[in-house]
Amino acid sequence: MIKKFDKKDEESGSGSNPFQHLEKSAVLQEARIFNETPINPRRCLHILTKIIYLLNQGEHFGTTEATEAFFAMTRLFQSNDQTLRRMCYLTIKEMANISEDVIIVTSSLTKDMTGKEDIYRGPAIRALCRITDTTMLQAIERYMKQAIVDKVPSVSSSALVSSLHMVKMSYDVVKRWVNEAQEAASSDNIMVQYHALGLLYHLRKNDRLAVTKMLNTFTKSGLKSPFAYCMLIRIASRLLEETDGGHDSPLFDFIEGCLRNKHEMVVYEAASAIVHLPNCRARELAPAVSVLQLFCSSPKAALRYAAVRTLNKVAMKHPSAVTACNLDLENLITDSNRSIATLAITTLLKTGSESSVDRLMKQISSFVSEISDEFKVVVVQAISALCQKYPRKHSVMMNFLSNMLRDDGGFEYKRAIVDCIIGFIEENPESKETGLAHLCEFIEDCEHTVLATRILHLLGKEGPRTPTPSKYIRFIFNRVILESEAVRAAAVSALAKFGAQNDDLLPSVLVLLQRCMMDSDDEVRDRATFYMNVLQQKQKALNAAYIFNGLTVSVPGLEKSLHQYTLEPSEKPFDMKSVPLATTPINELKTELTPIVTTKLPEKVAPSRQDIYQEQLSAIPEFKGLGPLFKSSDPVQLTEAETEYVVRCIKHTFTNHIVFQFDCTNTLNDQLLQKVIVQMEPSEAYEVVHYVPAANLPYNQPSSCYTLVRLPDEDPTAVSCTFSCTMKYLVRDCDPNTGEPDEDGYDDEYLLEDLEVTVADHIQKVLKPNFGAAWEEVGDDFEKEETFALASVKTLEEAINNIISFLGMQPCERTDKVPENKNSHVLLLAGVFRGGHDILVRSRLALADGVTMQVTVRSKDEIPVDVILASVG
Amino acid sequence: MDTVALEPSLYTVKAVFILDNDGTRLLAKYYDPDLFPSMKEQKNFEKNVYNKTHKTDSEIAFLEGMTIVYKSSIDLFFYVVGSAQENELMLMSVLNCLFDSLSQMLRKNIEKRSVMENLDGVFLVVDEVIDGGVILESDPQQVIQKINFRTLPEPAYGFVLFDYITGNTEQQGDKSQKK
Repeated sequence: MIKKFDKKDEESGSGSNPFQHLEKSAVLQEARIFNETPINPRRCLHILTKIIYLLNQGEHFGTTEATEAFFAMTRLFQSNDQTLRRMCYLTIKEMANISEDVIIVTSSLTKDMTGKEDIYRGPAIRALCRITDTTMLQAIERYMKQAIVDKVPSVSSSALVSSLHMVKMSYDVVKRWVNEAQEAASSDNIMVQYHALGLLYHLRKNDRLAVTKMLNTFTKSGLKSPFAYCMLIRIASRLLEETDGGHDSPLFDFIEGCLRNKHEMVVYEAASAIVHLPNCRARELAPAVSVLQLFCSSPKAALRYAAVRTLNKVAMKHPSAVTACNLDLENLITDSNRSIATLAITTLLKTGSESSVDRLMKQISSFVSEISDEFKVVVVQAISALCQKYPRKHSVMMNFLSNMLRDDGGFEYKRAIVDCIIGFIEENPESKETGLAHLCEFIEDCEHTVLATRILHLLGKEGPRTPTPSKYIRFIFNRVILESEAVRAAAVSALAKFGAQNDDLLPSVLVLLQRCMMDSDDEVRDRATFYMNVLQQKQKALNAAYIFNGLTVSVPGLEKSLHQYTLEPSEKPFDMKSVPLATTPINELKTELTPIVTTKLPEKVAPSRQDIYQEQLSAIPEFKGLGPLFKSSDPVQLTEAETEYVVRCIKHTFTNHIVFQFDCTNTLNDQLLQKVIVQMEPSEAYEVVHYVPAANLPYNQPSSCYTLVRLPDEDPTAVSCTFSCTMKYLVRDCDPNTGEPDEDGYDDEYLLEDLEVTVADHIQKVLKPNFGAAWEEVGDDFEKEETFALASVKTLEEAINNIISFLGMQPCERTDKVPENKNSHVLLLAGVFRGGHDILVRSRLALADGVTMQVTVRSKDEIPVDVILASVG
Repeated sequence: MDTVALEPSLYTVKAVFILDNDGTRLLAKYYDPDLFPSMKEQKNFEKNVYNKTHKTDSEIAFLEGMTIVYKSSIDLFFYVVGSAQENELMLMSVLNCLFDSLSQMLRKNIEKRSVMENLDGVFLVVDEVIDGGVILESDPQQVIQKINFRTLPEPAYGFVLFDYITGNTEQQGDKSQKK
């Protein structure tokens, strides 16, 4: 379409893109020739191409100019030039959302769709469906149905795919075409088969029975299309997952059978599906792994990549299943595609032996700078897993990580490395100093505030306890001089911790803090002044309370309480104990590397589970005067899983009361329950104060009722109690179909399992980052000590897990992990007893025949100490 | 690299694009409205992909959480993008079909010049291979047949004469002068 002489111009000109300097206005101007008679197809074609090219480059067309061009274009339907017509369809699709009144071409398209020219029919259907809405769709429904079962494959495919696109918009209309789609599925054409299957599944996916039936038909009849097979495998594995189907299910047999399909695509899909099935055992994995092993030596890079990526996934859970492929993976280490090489090495790191680690690390460092951030993160994750497996290799890996830390890289990548190093330091005390040194070097030149503040926090925690704390001061103070507000503030806090713990550093720290008091930022100044004053008191208790172990309350809770306090002016000072405590996140100490994030959500302070309960409970008038919620337990099931009524209980502890929340579900569709309460008979001196019934409990809609119990005043050490529970309610039978209940009902009751309240319900976990300081702060006024023998326990780990779960307290300073080959250990636990008193437990454990345990308990009040010792004994 | 299984669906292709050897977009289609919704994000993504791939001779990469298969020819780069969990071989078959169809249509001259000269045909090929992210056809023969595009080995003199008569040359000439 560009003429020969033009070409020469361009060769001498800039680049060879004839469309490079197109002006939208000039093109629209040219579009006027659409109105000329007779139509010049070649020129019009060229102009349409220009318009589509401009749209494709992101040029913005205003509604008016687009509509004008669109209307001019409709005239081109008079020409019978095939390519021109096809380009008109494309223009319609591209402009469908920009121009107004696009439905004007409906009749032209309908004509083409039902006409004699097969070459127009498919594309016309697809263009028509782009401009059609639900009401218009009904008008062309008849044609669509015919088109779906048309014997020309391109027509049928086009109709099926367009129907699929329209399911989102007009599900109810498209649903009526199921029979036609079913007929199309038995077509000989492989694409028609695939598209029909896709549409059928999409229409039926919420009906598990229909999907099962469909799978049965297709897996038996056998399809020709490899794409359709892939689709069937996905549907089958999803169904297996949803129904918890075992490995003897026919669906699994089908997937396994696909491993022998002649198309690599299908074989790979099947292998990948098997690998991803939950709780897959080595025996089921073996055939999948062996086909992946074959793929590893394929000449096609995509196939090698797919295979090694999937093997990498298998290696995470079942490293032993992949060891058979080690030789093949070794060959991929030098693959020219770095993604493949990286995946091969990280897989080998998981499956290989300790001796190969050095070699692999050397290999990978030779090209780590060439791979993308995503894969660098994969490498770091592999290293982090390796550290846990071979702690002796930590020096090699620490070196490697510090080198990676110096390279360029995005935030995710750096964060993964920092997480990994911090994990290291916590796991291996001997690598602490090297690790801290590397991190210090890193923050000297770190653009990520989050990472810098995190490292400063860590330095403040770990630095003062190293043999030479003074060397970290320089790194920290440099931050005060050079960085942004957030980092400066974090640096000030870290400095204060050094001053509090090391008396010989205190004078220098005070001088440095003095300088920070001139800072330009409020927060930095405030912190400096605050720490300065605390440190000058030179009192261990103050240091412990205000510098080492910060606030332990829940932040949203504090916000709410303070707001409440300001609303009701009173003479009394604000009481910190009235604020609900923060629940310690369970996996806080684990350095869990997050998988590569595809969604970039901003991190928010989500209200914790307990904050949500607090909100719900305070909405119930009966529970107004109970004070702040102290602790909510995990749900306890009070029924078997498959019974008529399912009840679970959550225990909410308040200062002097416990509220039992019963979440009830009625699984009988012919009953409506009303006025549901759970009657409780305590074994001890607990007093049931009030029942809050659930008014209605219809079929399958969970609802909650509550029971309020007052804790005994006379004997505060009686913390454990057993309740026998009975659910009482009014039954009204109803029609299972309409849900219409009968007029009359009758009372009935249902016996539930017994519910235990234990000492753990009275204690909230609290993490004390510096246990020693907290221990001194509480003092030995109410210290008590006792020795117990745990005869039935055989290992230290078992003893520690038992103690932690029994007392419901937070292990501190990572003392919940026992170093290998030791037969004595000290476990440090911290918590807050109901009412707000800190309680600390130090328990020395020694392994002989059984485990002997010496427990020392400290608190500022006598009762909690007695409670702990009484309940342990 | 999530392990979340893929919802069974026909929507396989997230995007397809053709870049020249400067990384400039010649043609691009994004099928998932949630993926890079703005033109700026799209072009950033393309730039990033181009920078990471144009020097290496491999055919598959994993970038920004997407699996990308690609192929180069003389001064052109063809990319097909799918989700991280997508079957890589399916994406590969799309890329191959696209490439082979163009190769046939352009008589094996897959270079920037011939692509730009037959850009309408290229648009039509992409439209026949993928429809809204669904693989519409995987056999290059079928694609070529459906398009029935008259491949022009050389612009015939008849056309030049025709353009000359209709005054097209003049306009073209004017334009190139303006440039």
